[in-house]
Amino acid sequence: MVVFGYRLPGMSSLLIWALVWELVGRSDMSFFVPPLSEVVTTLFSIIGTAAFQKALYETAYAFVAGVFFAVVIGVPTGILMGKNRLIDELLLPWVNIFLSAPLTALVPVLMVLFGFGMKSIIITTTLFAIWIIILNARVGVMQINRSLVEMARSFGATPWDAFTKVYFWAALPEILGGVRIGVIRAVKGVIIGQLLISIVGFGALFELYSNNFLMAHFWAVLLVLFALAFTLSEVLAWMERRLSYYSSKR
Amino acid sequence: MPLLQRLPIRRSLLLKLLSALLVFGAWEIAGRVPVSYAFPTFFESMSALWTLAIEGTLFSAYYDTLKPLVIGIAISAFIGIAVGLWIGLSSWFDWLFSPIFIVMQAAPLAALIPLLVMIYGIGLTSKVFVVCIMAMPVIVLNTAGAVRNTPTNLVEMGQSFLANRVEVITKIIIPAASPVIFSGLRLGVSAGFIGAILAELKITPTGVGDIISYSRSVADYPSMYAAIFSIILLAVLFLNLLERIEVTLFEGNDRGYASD
Amino acid sequence: MAMPQIKPVESGAPEIAVSAKNISKNYGDVEALKDLTLEFPKGQLTSLLGPSGCGKTTLLKIIAGLLEPTSGIVEVNGKAVTGPGPDRAFVFQDFALLPWASVLRNVAFGLELRGVGKSEREDIAAKYIKDVGLGGFEGSFPHELSGGMRQRVGLARALSVDAEVLLMDEPFSAVDEQTRRKFQEDLLSLVQNENKTFIFVTHSIEEAVYVSDQIAILLPRPSRVSDIIRPSDLRTKDVDNIRRDPEYLDTVDRIWALLRTYVE
Repeated sequence: MVVFGYRLPGMSSLLIWALVWELVGRSDMSFFVPPLSEVVTTLFSIIGTAAFQKALYETAYAFVAGVFFAVVIGVPTGILMGKNRLIDELLLPWVNIFLSAPLTALVPVLMVLFGFGMKSIIITTTLFAIWIIILNARVGVMQINRSLVEMARSFGATPWDAFTKVYFWAALPEILGGVRIGVIRAVKGVIIGQLLISIVGFGALFELYSNNFLMAHFWAVLLVLFALAFTLSEVLAWMERRLSYYSSKR
Repeated sequence: MPLLQRLPIRRSLLLKLLSALLVFGAWEIAGRVPVSYAFPTFFESMSALWTLAIEGTLFSAYYDTLKPLVIGIAISAFIGIAVGLWIGLSSWFDWLFSPIFIVMQAAPLAALIPLLVMIYGIGLTSKVFVVCIMAMPVIVLNTAGAVRNTPTNLVEMGQSFLANRVEVITKIIIPAASPVIFSGLRLGVSAGFIGAILAELKITPTGVGDIISYSRSVADYPSMYAAIFSIILLAVLFLNLLERIEVTLFEGNDRGYASD
Repeated sequence: MAMPQIKPVESGAPEIAVSAKNISKNYGDVEALKDLTLEFPKGQLTSLLGPSGCGKTTLLKIIAGLLEPTSGIVEVNGKAVTGPGPDRAFVFQDFALLPWASVLRNVAFGLELRGVGKSEREDIAAKYIKDVGLGGFEGSFPHELSGGMRQRVGLARALSVDAEVLLMDEPFSAVDEQTRRKFQEDLLSLVQNENKTFIFVTHSIEEAVYVSDQIAILLPRPSRVSDIIRPSDLRTKDVDNIRRDPEYLDTVDRIWALLRTYVE
């Protein structure tokens, strides 16, 4: 967007939307939309409270643990599938099914199996993130340039050398791309898990605020959550772009 | 020769069956051990599914579940494609609206559900809204991206053969973008399923969500697993069908350039 | 045209179909073309030859009206170019076929945009599809054709709008060597049989010498016309003997001597 020869930065229109929010809030059009300024003031007042920090900590804990398991299990599984045809053919249908399946439906099962607590939320998070990580690691390994493989062999690389010095790095951009999408899915998974098992983290906080019609509190938490999720996805995208230099020419 | 050509297909089919057998077998064994009091065997679950089906409970439940899904997807598709086209074609509109959908795409929109319930109550409206907020961003962003990425050479070709702006849009940009728009719709349907089930589990138990919640509360685990199995199966089969349609409909659309 | 035009009549010299006058094109601070003047005789084939980055495709797109020059004008039959026009047709390096349309619709696409009725434009398209040797492939789709066949579709599309000037942007660079040779022979007979003006961008010296009536050598940094070479006797020779002709070989050598210092 160029105005009078000056290029407006990409996300600057959000300022206009913030203004619209403020005006709608001030006009008392809806009880459910308090002015942005009020939401921000509330945000600063609750950010130091124990309840908020506990929710943030619990969410971060479940998220980090969920992503950790998704990466630690997902990447090796994907690489294995890329290298071994039999394993690939046995697992691929299931990976594809769970990639597109509405995983929300599995949360009740996790609840009866693992209880109404942190464990279920971590597993939900892992389930949301893992499939795309597996799939991308698999694709990354499978599409390693043949001449790169032959180069390693013709220079006499041992299998271990070939793996650690060539294959892993050649597949890295795809693996990281999968982790990025997986992390974004994990954010949604952790929130969905907390909403359905609403005694932990932000799920409990949402329940508390909405039952007491604390609109500014509710929006303040939403604002924090959306801002964190957006920042996270932008940081990951930026890292991926930094790395793309070596996936572009090979 | 025909036999040799069919052999790889037969191998992959066999392996798929074997893979299904392994997983369902593991489910059966785990249920028999049992790993948990709340873990029925595969056959128990399947017979519960059969009972639900012949009683007709399953079908009336699906009618309730699919209603907000279909309405929500229809609304999202209509508005999403229109907004996406506009964003893709106008840099001003792009600047104004893209950030909203980019944030929506990254954010856990499920967190809006309690708010929707406060505003619209626990009825159909809220559930349709849940489906819409889940499905819309990916439809909008895919459409806009597809329009923006129309191959320049095709647009230049149109211009050099004297196409006006409307002809460039209707005869080149929209056909060129339609495969990506369609796959955006498919991803939207996938997200819509998540939304529809989430709405039934979180807002009020109706439809399949009701079977799940009710059978859990009376500890009828086979029925609960059966309902979950059926909704996942339905979603996966439907999305697979959409993918097949996509492949046949747009065969060769991403090819035909100088690169191959 | 409201103003009466006085045509400069030069006896003996061929009529000029397209002329580029003092063309400059800047992208920001980068000068893609600088004060370039070039004339294209009617009914002949002129090649724009040069190393990559010398602005030959930019010049072609300016003539096509797809790009606007920063300064200078292009005239086609004395009329200034302000945008794409019915007097010029473009053949694209990467074919630019509509992947969702059949060969018939692709070839008829230029006519479709000109508002020609369906049955009429399909008749015309079918004729040109036969002319380029694709008879029987009317219902095929681009992805079912080889690279060479796709470019024949692109060529038929350009021919079917019956423009006086054909602009070809490295049309044979994306096809294999054998197909390219066949294309070059076909192009020669096309120039001979159709009374059209061809402007042909290439980076192959041999190709330029083989097909051209006039070769404009473009040099980069800053881009300009360095030489205009007219292989005078080659056009009267039989196509099979051109590559053995001493003039052909000398011209190729001469152009290489001009260009070699610009190849990094």
